[in-house]
Amino acid sequence: MDRDRPALIMSGRKYLVSNFSIVVPIVFLGVMVLWPLGAVLQRSLSGVGVQRVVEIATRSSTRGILWFTFWQAALSTLLTLLIGLPIAHILARYRFVGRSMIRSIAVVPFVLPTVVVAAAFGSLFERTGVAGQRTVWAILGAHVFFNVAVVVRIVGGYWQGLDRSLEDAASVLGARPTQAFLRITLPRLVGVILGSGLLVFLFSFTSFGVILILGGPRRATLETEIYRYAISRLEFDVAAVLALIQLVIVVVLAMVSARFQRSYARGEGSRAKPRLLAVTGLRRRLHLGLVLGLTLVVIGLPLGSLIDRSLQVGDGYGLDNYSNLTEPVGLLPTSAIRALGISLEFAFVAACIAGLVGLAAAVGIVRGGRLGRVVEAASLVPLGVSAVTLGLGYLLAFTVMDFRRSIWLVPLAHEVMGLPFVLAAVVPALRSVDSRLRDAASALGASPTRIVATVEWPLIRKPLMTGAGFAAAISMGEFGATSFVSRGKDSFTAPLAIFRLLSQPGDLLRGQAIALSVVVGVIVAGIAATLERQRDGVTLL
Amino acid sequence: MRLSSLLGASVLLLGACGSADSAGVEQPATETTQESSGTTAVSPGPDNSGEGVTLTLVTHDSFAVSDGVFEAFTRETGIGVEVVSAGDAGEVVARAILSAGKPEGDVLFGVDNTFLQRALDADIFEVYRSEFLASIPDELELDQEWRALPIDYGDVCVNYILEGGLAPTSLDQLATPDFASQFVTMNPESSSPGFAFLLATIATYGEDGWQDYWRKLTNGGVTITAGWSEAYFGEFVQGGGDKTIVTSYATSPVAEVLFADPAVATSPTGVLTEGCFRQIEFAGILKGTEHPFEAEKLLDFMLDETFQADIPLNMFVFPANSEVELPTEFTDHAVQVDSPLFLDPAEIEANRSRWTEEWTEIVLR
Repeated sequence: MDRDRPALIMSGRKYLVSNFSIVVPIVFLGVMVLWPLGAVLQRSLSGVGVQRVVEIATRSSTRGILWFTFWQAALSTLLTLLIGLPIAHILARYRFVGRSMIRSIAVVPFVLPTVVVAAAFGSLFERTGVAGQRTVWAILGAHVFFNVAVVVRIVGGYWQGLDRSLEDAASVLGARPTQAFLRITLPRLVGVILGSGLLVFLFSFTSFGVILILGGPRRATLETEIYRYAISRLEFDVAAVLALIQLVIVVVLAMVSARFQRSYARGEGSRAKPRLLAVTGLRRRLHLGLVLGLTLVVIGLPLGSLIDRSLQVGDGYGLDNYSNLTEPVGLLPTSAIRALGISLEFAFVAACIAGLVGLAAAVGIVRGGRLGRVVEAASLVPLGVSAVTLGLGYLLAFTVMDFRRSIWLVPLAHEVMGLPFVLAAVVPALRSVDSRLRDAASALGASPTRIVATVEWPLIRKPLMTGAGFAAAISMGEFGATSFVSRGKDSFTAPLAIFRLLSQPGDLLRGQAIALSVVVGVIVAGIAATLERQRDGVTLL
Repeated sequence: MRLSSLLGASVLLLGACGSADSAGVEQPATETTQESSGTTAVSPGPDNSGEGVTLTLVTHDSFAVSDGVFEAFTRETGIGVEVVSAGDAGEVVARAILSAGKPEGDVLFGVDNTFLQRALDADIFEVYRSEFLASIPDELELDQEWRALPIDYGDVCVNYILEGGLAPTSLDQLATPDFASQFVTMNPESSSPGFAFLLATIATYGEDGWQDYWRKLTNGGVTITAGWSEAYFGEFVQGGGDKTIVTSYATSPVAEVLFADPAVATSPTGVLTEGCFRQIEFAGILKGTEHPFEAEKLLDFMLDETFQADIPLNMFVFPANSEVELPTEFTDHAVQVDSPLFLDPAEIEANRSRWTEEWTEIVLR
């Protein structure tokens, strides 16, 4: 296709630009993902024969682990979509009190520490099985709770920007609402649903804490096994083969998903300022009530119990746990509040870089042909391979200039994990820009800058902010990779502090840990709200 | 898209980042810049006539030290210390082995006796026979070639709630249904105290007897969690759960008093002093360091009284140096274990995988 071979048709300058937008993410992903991965795989597999690799990959235990990893992730994704889409729908289409607040709060579960959430979930899913092991439903429930934000915010944001006139026309022509949804709305959502669904799948696919804490040792996944073989057993070759399997699956999934997304992409024309429907009539009220009830159960109750616990002081209630956060605790290399400050700085850096690189990458993916597909697949790798693999990769690769000791490694590691979210939000929006609009503007004499400012920017600005908000959220909440690359007190983030506070007995420490979790959640909700608020009045030029 | 337009968009995005910064996240960010003077990273000041070397101490994430301790070392020697703490003890050892020859730092602290043989086998330490070992009891010096020097020790013991629960008096009794059903311990594969408790049962009942003991525990209804935090804060009554017996440390009652809210005079928890496995933590000079001489001085310092006296209330373990006076919190609330259990580090390393696999078969079948 011509689209894939731009060199001959494009002018020299245009060619350079489409390359520029592809070079930035390629360099970034090459340095931060492919190089360390290559280093750790090479080190672990050097001198290991093909026979051994095949033997490890085809063991029955490997097959069992692979099967469980796959089906729990698939089921988690399905459930997350099932619960997330109705919530995304009401947030995208209805006007009601508390709408924007729910949208902001939805991101909170995403950043809560697993140890803390597991305590809340543990009480929901009683220990019943052998030696008090919980059922697989505890894992699935926790995955839905953690990931529902991805669907609600990314699909919801896109949905809200969809022009409703087509549905209106269908309705005038006598289509029932379900009919209009299935025939007109859903096809336009497929791309973004696939994209966000893939992110949820990858998160569930590589989830570590949830599996370990709620699943018990009999429920091993690729992720927990890679950790076990690399760290507990020092069998680096087995860990590397499992990591390779993980890598292949991620790349294949990313490519399949990208192909589907491309084939479903279509021009959307201009997007009118979203009109939200008033909630009138019994049917609509009932619908809204049901979905709000669902939201309350899935997001509200666990968060509520967490806030409740953070306010418990001795036998009564109070704010002591929060005011204690400023006090130094011997266990922590720095006070909890300073850890929070470090987290904020990292989140800011990670969100800005993820936004900029993501913007370049999105343009590259949409216009960049084959290289664009490489970037699209490579950008998902950090979510799909285990934190241990990447962490050990950094350790081996970044001996150059001793970069492994730089505190910049932490926000950069966060950034590569935030990048897929920026892409999941921006790429569908950018694909939906009707090329005729660009051509028309160009024909009318608009400069390229002006075209971006008036045609493309309004459509991708909000998704970009949603994505950047997610990047900030990831940075604020990330534990696994951070614990691996953190360099001591100057990169001691809030999640590390929470984890450390829970490492000794005492109500004082537990109270602080829970209060700190709530504060992290509130800040992330605030960041998400702020990033998306200035919707009106901001133009590019 | 043209280059100019891309740049335009980038500039705008930067602007947006800037405005978001000033709008929402300003206050805490300024707070952080105010406090940037270090506690754990100490660089030699300009008034020091020392070498100007800054050593990196690689350690696990439970490492803690009071303000001013490493500063004292820097004043004395002119050598700075930067602490790099990441991951638990197992991760620290795995990282050191994987990066052998190109170490992340100069000195490693935090290898315990359950991982000691693994570190020695991988040959990551330089030999250093410090003269300060004179103050360290011989039974802690497990490495006869002085590559890994003992810094602290502690005992993993069964803890229980004093009021409202049964108090076990022996490991045998713990395995009876009344006690086992109230007992929460951790998976030895994912938890260091969990592994230590498994070793305690192996040391007590022997290579052929521990399996039966765990069958009894399992039949009695023991609960297994992945890690200590989930057990203590999720299942144990002190953290809001309903189990009254938990695997923890002999020093846990100290933390129970120190971090109580509201304050208490004595710990609400007690310690079963039978069946305690002793964990000893070691430090060593990493092979490949460019500053072996300075690293030796740091090891001396870590064995000497200033650092040793700072250990108990920061890491809730006992200092290896027997001449150091314990803080009153320790003498009042920590439980002294008279006959702790040991296993040879080489035996532990040789059998680790087999033991944990057998354990999994028995307990989680």
